[in-house]
Amino acid sequence: MGKLNGLAILILIAILAILPKLLTNPYHISLMIFVGIYCLITLGLSLLMGYAGQISLGHAAFYGIGAYATGILTTKWGLPVELAMVLAVLIAAGLALIVGIPALRLRGHYLGMATLAFGVIVYVFFEAAVDFTGGPTGLAGIPFLKVGRFQFDSDLKFYYGVWVLVVLVLILALNIVHSRIGRALRSIHSAETATSAMGVDASKYKIQVFVLSACTASLAGGLYAHYMMYISPTSFGFRFSITLVTMVAMGGMSNLWGAMAGTCLLTILPETSSVFEDYFLLIYGGILIVIMMFVPQGFLVGLGQLIQRLYTGSKRQKRVTVG
Amino acid sequence: MSGELILQLLFTGITVGCIYGLVAIGFNIIYNATGIINFAQGEFVMLGGMCAVWLHGDVGLPMFVTFPAAVLIVTGVGILLERLIIRPVKNPNVLSMIIITIGASIFIKGAVMIIGGKQTFPLPHFSSEEPIRIGGAAILPQDLWVLGITAAIVVGLGLFFERTLTGKAIRACAFNRRAASLVGINVSWMVLLSFALSAAVGAAAGVAVTPITLISYDRGTMLALKGFSAAVLGGLGNSTGAVVAGFVIGILESLSAGSPLSHYKDAVALVVLMGVLFVRPSGLFGGAEAGRLKKF
Repeated sequence: MGKLNGLAILILIAILAILPKLLTNPYHISLMIFVGIYCLITLGLSLLMGYAGQISLGHAAFYGIGAYATGILTTKWGLPVELAMVLAVLIAAGLALIVGIPALRLRGHYLGMATLAFGVIVYVFFEAAVDFTGGPTGLAGIPFLKVGRFQFDSDLKFYYGVWVLVVLVLILALNIVHSRIGRALRSIHSAETATSAMGVDASKYKIQVFVLSACTASLAGGLYAHYMMYISPTSFGFRFSITLVTMVAMGGMSNLWGAMAGTCLLTILPETSSVFEDYFLLIYGGILIVIMMFVPQGFLVGLGQLIQRLYTGSKRQKRVTVG
Repeated sequence: MSGELILQLLFTGITVGCIYGLVAIGFNIIYNATGIINFAQGEFVMLGGMCAVWLHGDVGLPMFVTFPAAVLIVTGVGILLERLIIRPVKNPNVLSMIIITIGASIFIKGAVMIIGGKQTFPLPHFSSEEPIRIGGAAILPQDLWVLGITAAIVVGLGLFFERTLTGKAIRACAFNRRAASLVGINVSWMVLLSFALSAAVGAAAGVAVTPITLISYDRGTMLALKGFSAAVLGGLGNSTGAVVAGFVIGILESLSAGSPLSHYKDAVALVVLMGVLFVRPSGLFGGAEAGRLKKF
């Protein structure tokens, strides 16, 4: 995992631990819970986009499957919360295999379209299968999150619960990047044919990462359902899939820390102004285009380059005036 | 279902299928020349419809001027898309091309929403609205327009790609870009032309179908998905296959709309897409290698 990443994780944990003391407004804690839930999804998506070189345009569907599966299993079937969430993750993993195996055996854009289609099918199902999902009016009465006897019945408890999971997933993801799978994925990225010739089964690794990303999205969906205690289809549509892709692209695709920074930024910024809501399509479309054209390494790197350029620029100017 | 109802659903399916087929052809034109799947393909159709509504309703142009004018405007958008957004990308790969075309698609949608509004807009039929009765089912003259325009485009494109030097040059780029440029074909010009053509085909489909289905800013994504389903079913890159597959998907969708499963109508094309990817990714008419050969 590397010393630098280890240090960064320690700093992250320290910040996360003292953050609730600094945030006096309870609304801000709630916002940080959402940042954590979304980070779970974008970490998986970042592995898929940045390291496996594939894209999912329907990740909101896996998020929604996690939320609906645990919601239905707890409210209608009376299963305990822990069991329901585990089953929800397994369901998402199974569906990811069904979508991923045919699409990832082919090269290129097929997973993008297949996941886009999958997202639409799942959304249509959420809205149309009224007996099952409650249809457009949604599903209410989902119980609190609890593990054993411990109930996550306050925002603060939930905050710590979510972020412990985020840190665990982050450590897992960093380990994957620096493991055999990560090396294989990077070499697939640069030369797929050569990598295959070395005996690396490219599609197997891609499918594994895709399934993993579906699992973390489903886990996030389960947390969301037990936090809100009410879910409806609109949270799980195309729009949210695009938001997720934008978060990851903005942070620089092959950078897990960047993905978390992008998630943080695009969760908090829209809360500051209704402009983001009104001009959602224009802004997110614009961000995707600009990032891909000018700073594919992400906005942090872009910002660094900009500062560097301004700095050297002003230095050069000085030299001119001196000369 | 009665025989008359089935016949009626068949007619509806064929009209919708024409549009899916045309979107699929739009995908194919760009894919053949560049290997890119243009996720903004559906927006060309939406733009065509919206431009026609604006030119006919607000500017007051007659329909026979509106049609070519709308197609020209959207062609311009296609050219701008290629010049301003696709071409400048430094290291094009599958992932960056998908992200950038989906970004363009959302951006176009957002711009149209702000300029035109969120409503659904109507457009008058090209000729009479009096339905023609055939065997107990009704066909609108506009359905025939859609069919005729589709046929004209398919034949026209076929002649263009088979008989003209420019058409042959685009096909040469599809086979082997490097070799094409070595024999003196201006590859970047051909890529631009393919975007222009593809936008024009999409726009024509949009104008033709708007009188029947109406149009709003958010139609593009669904049209792109269903068109892509048709393109894959027909074998990516194969235009005859695209039209046939468009019919198949349009008819299946229309039949499901008449069945108790009508809520799931929109999922039909997508289930077909997933099925094809599972069973026969080269499509009905594609060669076995078609799915694997292209780099993008």
